[in-house]
Amino acid sequence: MDQFTLNLLVVGATFALYIGIAIWARAGSTAEFYAAGQGVPPVMNGMATGADWMSAASFISMAGLIAFGGYEASAYLMGWTGGYVLLALLLAPYLRKFGKFTVPEFIGDRFYSAGARLLAVICLIVISVTYVIGQMTGVGVTFARFLEVSTSTGLYIGAAIVFAYAVLGGMKGITYTQVAQYIVLIVAYTIPALFISLQLTGNILPQLGLIGSYAPSGGDVAFLAKLDAVVTELGFKAYTAESTNYFNMFLFTMSLMIGTAGLPHVIIRFFTVPKVSDARSSAGWALVFIALLYTVAPAVGSMARLNLTTTMWPNAVAGKALEGDAVSLADIASKPELSWVQTWEKTGLLVMKDLNGDGKIQYVNEPAPLAANTKALADATKAKDDAKIAELTAARDPILAEAQVGNSGKTFAEMGLKGNELVTVNNDIMVLANPEIADLPGWVVALVAAGALAAALSTAAGLLLAISSAISHDLIKSTINPNISEKGELLAARISMAFAIALATYLGLNPPGFAAQTVALAFGLAAATIFPALMMGIFSHRINKQGAIVGMLVGLVFTASYIFVYKGWFFIPGTNNLPDTPDQYVFGISPLSIGTVGAILNFIVAYVVSMMTAAPPKHVQDLVESIRVPKGAGKAQAH
Amino acid sequence: MSDRSSKAYWAANVRIILISLAVWFLCSFGMGIILRPMLMGIHIGGADLGFWMAQNGSIYVFLVLIFVYAWRMNKIDKEFGVEE
Repeated sequence: MDQFTLNLLVVGATFALYIGIAIWARAGSTAEFYAAGQGVPPVMNGMATGADWMSAASFISMAGLIAFGGYEASAYLMGWTGGYVLLALLLAPYLRKFGKFTVPEFIGDRFYSAGARLLAVICLIVISVTYVIGQMTGVGVTFARFLEVSTSTGLYIGAAIVFAYAVLGGMKGITYTQVAQYIVLIVAYTIPALFISLQLTGNILPQLGLIGSYAPSGGDVAFLAKLDAVVTELGFKAYTAESTNYFNMFLFTMSLMIGTAGLPHVIIRFFTVPKVSDARSSAGWALVFIALLYTVAPAVGSMARLNLTTTMWPNAVAGKALEGDAVSLADIASKPELSWVQTWEKTGLLVMKDLNGDGKIQYVNEPAPLAANTKALADATKAKDDAKIAELTAARDPILAEAQVGNSGKTFAEMGLKGNELVTVNNDIMVLANPEIADLPGWVVALVAAGALAAALSTAAGLLLAISSAISHDLIKSTINPNISEKGELLAARISMAFAIALATYLGLNPPGFAAQTVALAFGLAAATIFPALMMGIFSHRINKQGAIVGMLVGLVFTASYIFVYKGWFFIPGTNNLPDTPDQYVFGISPLSIGTVGAILNFIVAYVVSMMTAAPPKHVQDLVESIRVPKGAGKAQAH
Repeated sequence: MSDRSSKAYWAANVRIILISLAVWFLCSFGMGIILRPMLMGIHIGGADLGFWMAQNGSIYVFLVLIFVYAWRMNKIDKEFGVEE
């Protein structure tokens, strides 16, 4: 059976499973549609939350970020898991006790203000829509690579599947489908990791392999030390090197943590459990299932990095990379174990150029002056600026005569090199090509495709539910037509979900070209608006309507503006006021990390404004008292 | 529940939250980021302690923290008679 048929079979089987579950778990009431009737056991809810949370970014991109970012990319690992501690301790139990369906509903009731609720709805929609675009593009790309359809066809198929089970089943259908999707994605992620860890370290557990020793050279050197030695020899930063900006790394980690705790589609998961005590343990179970992937990710990233490097420099396995020859184009074309290089070259995610025409591909890091020249040359070539190309090419030889190749002590000119010949290695390859790099059987490759789709679809469904419940429950039911019947509200929820899917598909087909940056916006806004508002609503009696609204507005405007100043206003290219480079950042704080500062401003402003205005009315203070005590949570009421 | 015991229940809850958050901060931002240069000499297998905490260790601590918190709170809920 060829790889394509195998991919089709495995992906087809998982899709049939999701649809089957959707038909079995249709939602009959708004309580089932919004919160699965609050009957989901904590372990199962944890598993569904895990699938909901782990998106295409976690499954496909994160290991690649770690592979090339090394220690500094730990911010993702700590940030995207540590947020669950905040959820379990500071938000989940109290919001479950509050016993309503949506995040804006809590903000509206606690701050006794339709304005606050509307502001929360706006933040929720901006956060969730930016997030869902990334998932839809992920679905399209995975389909295109593994099932040989066009990206847009892939997107339509993905949208149809989500439509089927999310619109039919609501939270109930989504939750049970996510349980199945979790199992698919975790198996797909860990199986290649187990094999690769065994090959490289002799240790089947990737978590132990990471700190184990490097087996292929006899096992007397630690795996991480070997990786450091190989990459620094080629001129790259050591994998375990210290951060160049600990302050920014701190703020970035914090932004991801409080952003995670403030993401509406994650928070609503805790409305689905039967009791307050279940909300606490459910966050723990969610983290158990997330940790299964997140503790494996550093091993996947680092091992893929080493495998990639030793593929390019075969001599690096036993000795020094530069003392042997680089991989030859003839070998890449003929050896079956290198066929993945060609497969990925076709997608454009891996680009090689034999600059010096020696028939080999030398993968090295270009020192700063050379890299700057290379980039300028590429830009000039793109712009077809012949004068500029000639000028830059002429400037190249003296630079090559000066620039050192890694720590070889020789210059590019002395080694006969014209630059780095592995021009592009996309982060996403690290997970998707992992089974092929390690030469694993075809069914593992098919499983990775199904896993990537499961990760993207499960997150998309959770986001779409958050969007549709905000529209039908917080806008239509509470503002536009309060007398709407239960049946009418359910229909409105389904229609708004169908509309949200159509919008997400449209944006996925026409990505505004800034999908990666928008994630910064989603986390930054969740951190600067929703998290502080919820936390103050629970832990303070005194924060009032005025404080909460002004605080959220300040967090929203400040965070969005700081991101737009560097990334372009509303991400329109060319409208940024300052270049997006570290030397331009205020105190070295990158736009990715600014959510933390936005959150601090929100807290301060909300406190000061509340102190200057009247205390909240008695019934609101009683509400705060009541959510602090687990007793009497019961079923959620549709008020 | 009387006003006094409700205050005591909340105080007990806040105390556990603060202790847990102190551990949460120490293990991630502390050992994983700020203190890493100082912990270079301590090794966990092939990694230095700070690196390992940042990439793996802190996640294990987070897990333990949440379950310990849930367990402690269930006990306190019972003590104060506010469990469901």
